[in-house]
Amino acid sequence: MQRFLNNPDAIVDETVAGFVRAHSDLVRLDPENNRVVVSQFAPKEGRVGIVTGGGSGHEPAFIGYTGKNMVDAVAVGELFSSPTAKSFHDSIRAANGGAGVAVLYGNYAGDNMNVKMAAKMAKKDGIEVATVVANDDVCSAPADEREKRRGVAGEILMWKIGGARAALGGSLAEVIAAAQKAIDSCRSVGVGLGPCTLPAVGHPNFQIEPGKMEMGIGHHGEPGTRVEDLRTADEIADDMTKIVLDDHDLPEGTEVAVLISGLGATPVNELYVLYDRVAQQIEARGLKVYRALVGNYFTSLEMVGASLTIMALDDELKELLDMETACPGF
Amino acid sequence: MTTIDNAYLRSFFRLAAERLEAQRQDLCSLDGEIGDGDHGTSMANGFAAINARFRELSAEVQEPAILLREAASAFLGEVGATVGPLYATAMFQGAALLEERPLEQIRLGELLAAFAEGIRMRGKADLGDKTMLDAWIPASQAARNAAACGGDAAAVARAATAAALEGADTTTSMIASRGRAARLKERSLGHLDPGAVSAALIIGTFAELAEERT
Repeated sequence: MQRFLNNPDAIVDETVAGFVRAHSDLVRLDPENNRVVVSQFAPKEGRVGIVTGGGSGHEPAFIGYTGKNMVDAVAVGELFSSPTAKSFHDSIRAANGGAGVAVLYGNYAGDNMNVKMAAKMAKKDGIEVATVVANDDVCSAPADEREKRRGVAGEILMWKIGGARAALGGSLAEVIAAAQKAIDSCRSVGVGLGPCTLPAVGHPNFQIEPGKMEMGIGHHGEPGTRVEDLRTADEIADDMTKIVLDDHDLPEGTEVAVLISGLGATPVNELYVLYDRVAQQIEARGLKVYRALVGNYFTSLEMVGASLTIMALDDELKELLDMETACPGF
Repeated sequence: MTTIDNAYLRSFFRLAAERLEAQRQDLCSLDGEIGDGDHGTSMANGFAAINARFRELSAEVQEPAILLREAASAFLGEVGATVGPLYATAMFQGAALLEERPLEQIRLGELLAAFAEGIRMRGKADLGDKTMLDAWIPASQAARNAAACGGDAAAVARAATAAALEGADTTTSMIASRGRAARLKERSLGHLDPGAVSAALIIGTFAELAEERT
């Protein structure tokens, strides 16, 4: 694949610079750390701060969800690599309005370690910190080991709900409870049709042969559960919906939010082809789609493929989901 | 008996930074086989950041424990992923050891064991998981054995280096169960773990240092 590239080692700095320049009405760069993107609306005195962070290469995640009633500060890592503990610490500091900071992030080894160290540093500064670790990726571990599952696109809904609860003046405990409820209500699955390459490496570190697909693939090409022949869009949509809903026993009549994200190189029209069938399958199970999000919400460089996230809703989650938000990605 | 003091640690970090800088590209290529290809950059930049921090510190900082804490903090500010917190925790653990009492150079194995324990605690990995611990743990054991068998400081450091290199070599036959390469599972077989290779390089500088001083 041909790329728009100056220097592979500068790609993250250049991405962040362009992002902040493009969306200066919503976001700014932290004055002390150029790997921390801060909402123009943060910090707010007396309001719980929302922080996340993760590796780059998933745009618009993570930086794109910085803004009003969403994430207050984002720690930016190298491509597919956790941000430093210092960047998480600086993000916590930037988001702190004196009512505590909720760090809502995905379950990956590096992020777990860096957030833990950053939280310890922030506590020394007198900032109260609590965390929610997203684990919505169904195929990354069996149901009885949910704590091992990775966090994927469900994180966006977790930020949305946590950010809305904070905006309504919720305490740190209330924000954490809402974010935890949000991610517990989410299940996701990814399917890969083609691999991605880190520009500095120059070759993909996993392969998907032509004519094959990998069901259950992770956001960085973590191996899925099945490599099989490529099927039709409807068959893939049926498979994805089944994986997600079989893991999540929802009573008939439950309203759900559906998020289909491209993984980077799949055309958006194909995502709508998938959605059409997914929505029919959801309805066939007696569930109701309350809100649908289709587009490139959480990508993996130029991986070909898509992820499906289904979130079960109740009145509280519906109210928080509907709350007005202004950020580049949502 | 000479102790692991401020001057020793400063020399160690200076030399280790030079060795890592020289191997920057090779470590990146190795990491590109099973990881994200930035291990050489992380390690070289991280150790350079430590030396930059040392240059800012006043010469009055004499306690080796304080120096190690500064090293940990500088590394944490520069390196993310898992490597940042792992090495920072190793150095914090080493600092805690040196805070208790001065350590003779012949007891380098105890410092290496503290580093290894910090890495093990933070990463919850162990021997055989195809990580940097496959170099750090055997090195700390070999150094302590060499001291127990009457070796001098140079012999202790040489034993640690030999064990670290051997440990790093064994990672080719392991399937990663921790760290980034764990995402590849059996796809990681047949590749050296870049974290173990850089660990052996760092441990090797203790031996170089000991040769210089004898």
